[in-house]
Amino acid sequence: MTSMTMDEIRSIEERYPDVFRRPAYKRYGPLFLLAGTLLYLTYALWFFNLPQVMRESHWERLPLFLTQWISYDLQPEFRLDQPEITPKYPRFSALGENPNPDWVIRNPDGTYTVLIDGPAKSVTFDKAQATIVANGQTVPVSLTSGKPVISGPVPDWVTVHDDEVVAKMGFVGEVRVTVDRVKVRKRFLGWANFVFDTRSPFFGKPAGEVISLLVSGPELKPGMSNIALAGDNIWNNAQWQHGDVWTKLLQTIVMAFLGTLLGGIVAFPLAFFAARNITPSGALSQVLKRFFDFMRSVDMLIWALFFTRAFGPGPLAGSAAIFFTEIGTLGKTYSEALENIDDKPREGVLSTGANGLLVQRYGVMPEVIPVFISQTLYQWESNTRGATIIGAVGAGGIGLKLWEAMRTNSNWANVFYMVLLILAVVFIFDNISNFLRRRLSRTIHDYNRIQSERG
Amino acid sequence: MADAWRRQTSQRRLYTVLGIGLLLAAMFSSMWFADEANAGHFFDRLPHLLDFLSWLIPKDWNDVWRALFDIASPHDTGTQEFNFPLGRVYVWGGFYVPEYFELMLTTVNVALVSTFVGFVFAVPFSFIAARNLTPHPVLRLIVKRFMELLRAFPEIVIAGLFAAIVSIGPIAAIIAIGLHSIGALGKLFYEINENVDMRAEEGLRAVGANWFERVRFADLPQVLPNFMSYTLLRIEINVRASTIIGAVGGGGIGEELKLSISRGFGAKTLALVLLLFTTIFIVDQFSAWLRRKLVGEQAFLMNA
Repeated sequence: MTSMTMDEIRSIEERYPDVFRRPAYKRYGPLFLLAGTLLYLTYALWFFNLPQVMRESHWERLPLFLTQWISYDLQPEFRLDQPEITPKYPRFSALGENPNPDWVIRNPDGTYTVLIDGPAKSVTFDKAQATIVANGQTVPVSLTSGKPVISGPVPDWVTVHDDEVVAKMGFVGEVRVTVDRVKVRKRFLGWANFVFDTRSPFFGKPAGEVISLLVSGPELKPGMSNIALAGDNIWNNAQWQHGDVWTKLLQTIVMAFLGTLLGGIVAFPLAFFAARNITPSGALSQVLKRFFDFMRSVDMLIWALFFTRAFGPGPLAGSAAIFFTEIGTLGKTYSEALENIDDKPREGVLSTGANGLLVQRYGVMPEVIPVFISQTLYQWESNTRGATIIGAVGAGGIGLKLWEAMRTNSNWANVFYMVLLILAVVFIFDNISNFLRRRLSRTIHDYNRIQSERG
Repeated sequence: MADAWRRQTSQRRLYTVLGIGLLLAAMFSSMWFADEANAGHFFDRLPHLLDFLSWLIPKDWNDVWRALFDIASPHDTGTQEFNFPLGRVYVWGGFYVPEYFELMLTTVNVALVSTFVGFVFAVPFSFIAARNLTPHPVLRLIVKRFMELLRAFPEIVIAGLFAAIVSIGPIAAIIAIGLHSIGALGKLFYEINENVDMRAEEGLRAVGANWFERVRFADLPQVLPNFMSYTLLRIEINVRASTIIGAVGGGGIGEELKLSISRGFGAKTLALVLLLFTTIFIVDQFSAWLRRKLVGEQAFLMNA
């Protein structure tokens, strides 16, 4: 390539001035955009009062909540003001009716030792003295002078309050000592009672024993086989509510399926009347298109709220809400697909003297059906996700259950359980829909390949 | 020949009929299931379906305007339905903006900020996740899975979790919708990236440009208009999402709307729906106009 002379460059500049001297707004467009964005973000900072919200937020809770997603804790409490020290467990403890954990040890001399993470992290106490061991340090706490007193240096994992000494031992738990009680929180990885709750006769038994009971054990409940009993115990697990969770999940799936399908069925004929190139009446097309816009922009949430008022809360209201929104969405996408078709096949069929319906069936449908189905599958997929949210406003399904579990701020493990189920459902449905779509687009692809081979 | 043809078509027809039969069976059983699980049943409630419209119709249509602009109604019965006590935000002296407008503004701002968050993270992620541009295949897989997770994770869980941390309100909604937007935009973006013209990239590679320079000077200019177009589409979606999250405690107009509908305040509900409707219409139209300016008609064919 030869390089250009100055004259050539100048002559090109003169011939195409608009390329080299673009208007200011085009030249500085990106700069303006950047400045505008920054300006807007500053405004948003002020609008949402972000600095104050951040100051008042409790980020230390985040790891706490996240550990609660995958673990559970047990909180034995030891009263020291009674004649004899006895361990007490909360009413709904994961340990069942007869809690005798091997990490709470009654020593021969009357003292108690609680192993929070083996002997390396433990607490030993009687009425006069508690000894906390963790991180290779031993902290003696004297309880005789009306408030807990630590003799010697206080390590940084121990906090001394007015009437309480708190020793935090990281993930495994903590110890709280006051003059009249010792409270221990011991954390375990995993989910307690996930299969059988504490009321079940199978509770606390090792897996081998449960299996042998199921296969050949004596009837634990008269008139009911052990397998049926176990199934019933699992399904109606009071803490995890497997039955309820799975039913609600199915409701969510059904809502998305039913809403999308019905929306598609209603939108299908309407789209033909809304497509400019197919319907003879411009007015009808306009009316239908505005109708689609209306159905879409009223929004799933508002439809859901209306239908819960009409039908009462439940999946029927949710399905109806998705149905109404989908009429709008699918009607719009269907009619756009129809407007983008190649006119030639239609003209061909028309030329054979076929009537209107036959023209649509043989001239138009083969071209648009893959697009229609692919769009419907897309919507089905996204509605499966959306259905969880409208559930929370009363439209049935798992959304409300999720929201309630979160609001109590204690059932984070249950929240995580439901999240895992939802994720599984979304991934499975994504894959089904992807698979079907790929099958469909392959036919179009094949068609194009054959066309190009023929030239 | 004719026999084979006939056999093939009859087989095809059989499959079609079977498929449709299966679909119908699934549909009717789902209908039955939804009906059984619902609080009120379909055929019982059908005659009363339009009842809810009757409370929507106000005694006086002017009440809708009054509700919107926080002006006392002459039909005041002492309940909140007709007297509109809440909400004037005094901007300056006696000049006020009705609180509903501020709530709507919150909803729109939540959508805008979360779309921005989504865009900022999705752009670099999309270059890592694109098969043809990725700096490392393992990194690509990780980012792709991560974005899938963000997309599929229920928004209301993230909102609920962060509501417990930063208190209930718009910030939790921004985090929830923003995280979802990263996943959703990232996927669209990397699909665009996989279709870029690689010649520019090869040219830069030939002169020894590193990964950042290649992406910045060869690929980004090609894909930016399409990125913007999808981002604008996302704003529309996020306005809706932020309304819904609002209804479960994310602040903004959604919460007010939910209360108004569940308490049966006809005029207020109509006012709020009108406001929401107008806003969504404006956002849609504006973003459609901007998209047309950015990428031309192509943006509209792409979605069809």
